Amino acid sequence: MTFQERYLLKVEGLTVSFDGFKAVDDLSFYIEPNECRVIIGPNGAGKTTVLDLICGRTRATDGSVTFRDNELLKMREDQIVHAGVGRKFQTPSVYEDLTVFENLEISYPSGYSVFGALAFRRNENVQQRINEIAETIFLEDMLSEKAAFLSHGQKQWLEIGMLLIQDPELLMLDEPVAGMSVAERKKTAELLKRIIQDRSVIVIEHDMGFVEDIATRVNVLHQGKMLSEGSMAHVKADPKVIEVYLGH
Amino acid sequence: MTFSKTPLFSRSEIIGFAVLAVLIFLILPTFLGTFRLNLFGKYLTYAFVAVGLALCWGAGGILSLGQGVFFGLGGYCMAMFLKLEASTPENTSIQSTPGIPDFMDWNQLTELPAWWIPFHSLTFSLIAVVLVPVTFAFFIGVAMFRRRVGGVYFAIITQAFAAILTILIIGQQGYTGGVNGITDLRTLNGWNIRTGEAKEILYYVNGVLLFAVLFVAHFVRKSKLGRILIAMRDQEDRVRFSGYDVASFKIFIFCLGAAFAGIGGAMFTLQVGFMSPTLVGIVPSIEMVIFCAVGGRLSILGAVYGALLVNWAKTSFSESFPELWLFGLGGLFIAVVMLFPNGLAGIWTEQIMPRLSKLWTARARRAPQTHNASTEKRGAV
Amino acid sequence: MFSDYSMSELGAIFAMQGFAGLILFSVFVLMALGLAIIFGQMGVINMAHGEFMILGAYVTYFVSQFFSAYMPALFGSYFFVAMILAFFASGALGLLVEWSIIRHLYKRPLDTLLATWGLSLILQQTYRSVFGAREVGVTIPSWMMGSMPVTDLIEIPVNGIFVMVLAVGISMAVYIMMFRSNWGKQVRAINQNRVMAGAVGINTEWTDRLTFGIGCGVAGVAGSAFTMIGSTGPTSGQLYIVDTFLVVVFGGAGSILGTIASAFSISQAQSIMEFFLSGSMAKVLTLLIVVGILMIRPQGLFSLKLRK
Repeated sequence: MTFQERYLLKVEGLTVSFDGFKAVDDLSFYIEPNECRVIIGPNGAGKTTVLDLICGRTRATDGSVTFRDNELLKMREDQIVHAGVGRKFQTPSVYEDLTVFENLEISYPSGYSVFGALAFRRNENVQQRINEIAETIFLEDMLSEKAAFLSHGQKQWLEIGMLLIQDPELLMLDEPVAGMSVAERKKTAELLKRIIQDRSVIVIEHDMGFVEDIATRVNVLHQGKMLSEGSMAHVKADPKVIEVYLGH
Repeated sequence: MTFSKTPLFSRSEIIGFAVLAVLIFLILPTFLGTFRLNLFGKYLTYAFVAVGLALCWGAGGILSLGQGVFFGLGGYCMAMFLKLEASTPENTSIQSTPGIPDFMDWNQLTELPAWWIPFHSLTFSLIAVVLVPVTFAFFIGVAMFRRRVGGVYFAIITQAFAAILTILIIGQQGYTGGVNGITDLRTLNGWNIRTGEAKEILYYVNGVLLFAVLFVAHFVRKSKLGRILIAMRDQEDRVRFSGYDVASFKIFIFCLGAAFAGIGGAMFTLQVGFMSPTLVGIVPSIEMVIFCAVGGRLSILGAVYGALLVNWAKTSFSESFPELWLFGLGGLFIAVVMLFPNGLAGIWTEQIMPRLSKLWTARARRAPQTHNASTEKRGAV
Repeated sequence: MFSDYSMSELGAIFAMQGFAGLILFSVFVLMALGLAIIFGQMGVINMAHGEFMILGAYVTYFVSQFFSAYMPALFGSYFFVAMILAFFASGALGLLVEWSIIRHLYKRPLDTLLATWGLSLILQQTYRSVFGAREVGVTIPSWMMGSMPVTDLIEIPVNGIFVMVLAVGISMAVYIMMFRSNWGKQVRAINQNRVMAGAVGINTEWTDRLTFGIGCGVAGVAGSAFTMIGSTGPTSGQLYIVDTFLVVVFGGAGSILGTIASAFSISQAQSIMEFFLSGSMAKVLTLLIVVGILMIRPQGLFSLKLRK
């Protein structure tokens, strides 16, 4: 297996500075197909910024991000999505004025251009796929409700569903269980375990039990730099990590 | 799930369109004389703009304070054709240069500027009525939306364009007719547009065009593009990261609004018989927004009623209490924003419809709940 | 076009036009400062800003009438009294407007724009009904009349200098308020994180109201200064509103120095072009250049790249 084929995503020397402040500083890591990578780190470590850089929301100052053969840093956000990278935001962002069905329909991967959207029709396939996804995210009975009426946890699920329907090869989730009740958290963990099976996933999460449960490898970020990388056990034993988390 | 084929028109939408058609094609012509009918025809030309705004602003969240620019460009394209037709060498034989529009002669121009020449052709002019505003909107849209300028910044910059065009038209009076505009328009391909009969025909033409525009707008709203617009207004980033090129959707809807406004402007010129910078600038542009807001910013049919109602009120007030009108209009701006953010359409769906349906169910004595009971209140964005 | 003039004449023309530009600059700065506070810090579009300014101008007019009728001996100093009264009159109206309208609309900036436009129509009609449609002008105190010769060819009017001095003084006062006072710190804190600011004990509601009031008060002072160089009518305020918004946006909303720099460049560009082109074409060109630059650099001239 060549280096090219071994990794789905290659992040090399990624740097971004905001007026001199380096939020992400010369960061490199590699993601294999079908792996679940968890990024942890204290607040302000640059975790969300890393995801923002990969999906094109923030423009990098330096470095490269290669997804298969695509240099993502040169692409527009929607082109990155088409290449197969999906992104969930930290606060649930769903379209509150539209129904759950319509929310999922907008994410249905067809009719992306202006005229494509005008010509788009709800056919059997669309219908079926949306029902399928709705079942996966426990919202099959809520399809005709406006998204505004969903609970916080249900909105999180809906957003995950909106990503699933596009079937991305790389899924990036920013704190998917934050702000959920214990019951919702458990259900979400199940959901995530199911959906991470056939794809690569990058997750930002604080809940260590949850991380231990799902992670293949863990990256620890601190002040925009990579502090440690490896299995959960390795990271936990790393004196540098202990210093940052428990130290002064 | 019962999401199989959603029809293009729901039953209540068919009723809505039918009621408006009856009003425009039967009730108004029956009860109004030629003069008043022509006046309402003028109000309806503003409805074209308001419908465009219902798409751009109501659905897409893009507030343009420069729709007067597109209305004006459409109107001027039409007026230039009519003016050239009226300025035959015979009609203008007393001028020092016969055959050019009178205001050019007054400004010591001795020949027709090159960019006026194509407007001798009716076909060219009719195409220009739509294409000039759309091209202009396209350039503004590309420049602004590609750079992600939106919200209040977009509003201010479009307002600046309204100011720029007005100053330009007034300043270059030799080419544009200046502050008086292009006046004294007489015939369209030899057909006298100033007779009562012509005015009635133009009223109907205007009505038919308005319905064509309403159908296009309705189709857009009902398509996936319509839902994407609303999604963009609420969560622009989510739409972008669902794989859509947000800017191209904004550019499209802005251009469509400009096309509607251009058609409205041309119909204004035909029915009223002149075009002037007073219809282009900051003040008329922002008033066009209020037509849409009064109707209910999301509702395309509401936009028509809004345009009719506000203009009718303006005419009646300015006739009897001119000094009260500005208080009324100012109060309307504040009231529609603070008290009725969903305008007439909101009052209809939130107040009247539930009561009607309650009345209906009470009479029918049926136990099961009706479906439209959950018309929820939507705060404006 | 330059061949008709000698070098020294050209120099004088540029100096005079430059000075005319400086007066325009002062007007822009005075108007824009209030907006920079309200729009830049609070994100509120106040389309009635011009009317708040005109209120200050009317106050100045009435104070001058009062002084000439009852205290002619002190007439030379009426302007300073008028300026303070103008600040409080416009400021008080600002507080009232914030309380009755603006505070309900903080989350809907586009709606604020429409509501304040409505307010501007009501204020214009009120001025017309109360003060009459005619434009009024104040009598300038004698010490402000005449002009100062700089060279044989260049003369500059005293009232122009006075307005400029005023613009500089008020800019400095606003700058100190924004960046040195406790109030300024609170305003900036709210601008950056409203919830957090509230959580650390800042009374956000009152700070908002005060900020809006002070912004309007500064507009009132601007109106007061405006009477020294022009007359006042019910719709005078509307003439400048678009220019002023462009000044603020061009400078980069939120930056006081940016506002001043952009007012300077816009006014200089306009007045120098005015000499070579007709007034309206100079204005069109200036606006087009500003809009063009804003399209290339939408965040304005002076703004930081921030981490969202």
